[in-house]
Amino acid sequence: MEVPILKQGPFLIASVQAALSDADLWQMRKAIVEQVVKRRARGVIVDITSVDVVDSFATRMLRDTAQMIRLRGAQTVIVGIQPEVAFAMVQLGLNLEGVATALDLEEGLAYLGEVGKDKP
Amino acid sequence: MKDGFEVPIRADGDIVVARQQGRVLASRLGFSSSDLTLIATAISELARNILQYAGMGEIAVTHVVDGPRPGLVIIARDKGPGITDLRKALQEGYSTSGGLGLGLPGVRRLMDEFEVASEMGQGTTVTAKKWTRC
Repeated sequence: MEVPILKQGPFLIASVQAALSDADLWQMRKAIVEQVVKRRARGVIVDITSVDVVDSFATRMLRDTAQMIRLRGAQTVIVGIQPEVAFAMVQLGLNLEGVATALDLEEGLAYLGEVGKDKP
Repeated sequence: MKDGFEVPIRADGDIVVARQQGRVLASRLGFSSSDLTLIATAISELARNILQYAGMGEIAVTHVVDGPRPGLVIIARDKGPGITDLRKALQEGYSTSGGLGLGLPGVRRLMDEFEVASEMGQGTTVTAKKWTRC
C-alpha cells in the first residue's frame, strides 16, 4: 500500500494509511525523501491521523524520515497522532524527540510557514 | 463466534494481521478504545520480537475470565534461540538488537499481567493478560 504524497506550495503532505506493514513504512520513507529532493520541498507534513498503532519500528521510521529530510535542509512535522496512540507510545517508552509534531494538518502548515520565515 | 485466534508470524505483514485481529477480539470483549490501542500495540511489539529474534513463531489471543471481568491473554511463542539473560531482558532500557525493539519492559507496561518463559535453544513464550475495567 503506497502512501499518497501531495504537493501544496513549497510543502509536501504525506497521508499515512491505517494498516501499514514494515515494508510499507520503508517504502514511505524512501518515497518521501525522493519527493523532497525531486520537488525541492522546504517542508513535509506526515499525517498519521488514521494510524491506529505506532510501535517501535514505526517510531524509528518516522524519526529516520525526519532526520533524512533535515539533512536535506527541509523541515518535517508529524500531525494527527491520536490520543490513544500517544498514550500507548508513552507507556511503551517510545518518543519522537527532535521531531516536530502538531495537532492537525492546519497547525502543521502553520508551523512550517513559521519555521520558513526564520530562514534567510 | 470464536473466542480467540492464532496467527503464524513469518513475515512483516503477519504483524499487521495479528494486531488487527487482536483489536477486533478486544473490542468484542468490551475493552475501552484506549485499551484497544494498548492491546494492538502490545501484539505488534511481541510479533516483531518473534520475527526479529526467532524468525518465526505464532501469536495466539484468547478470551479469559476472572470472576465477572472478561479479559484476554496474548501468547507469543517461538522456537528461537531463547533469551540468554531473562533478568537483563526485562530491565528498563535494555535491548540486544540495537534499539529496534524496545523489548519486553515496554510491553509489560501496556498490559496487566506479564510472564516470560525462555529456554536456551528451545524458544520463548511470552504470556500477557489484560482485564477490562468495570
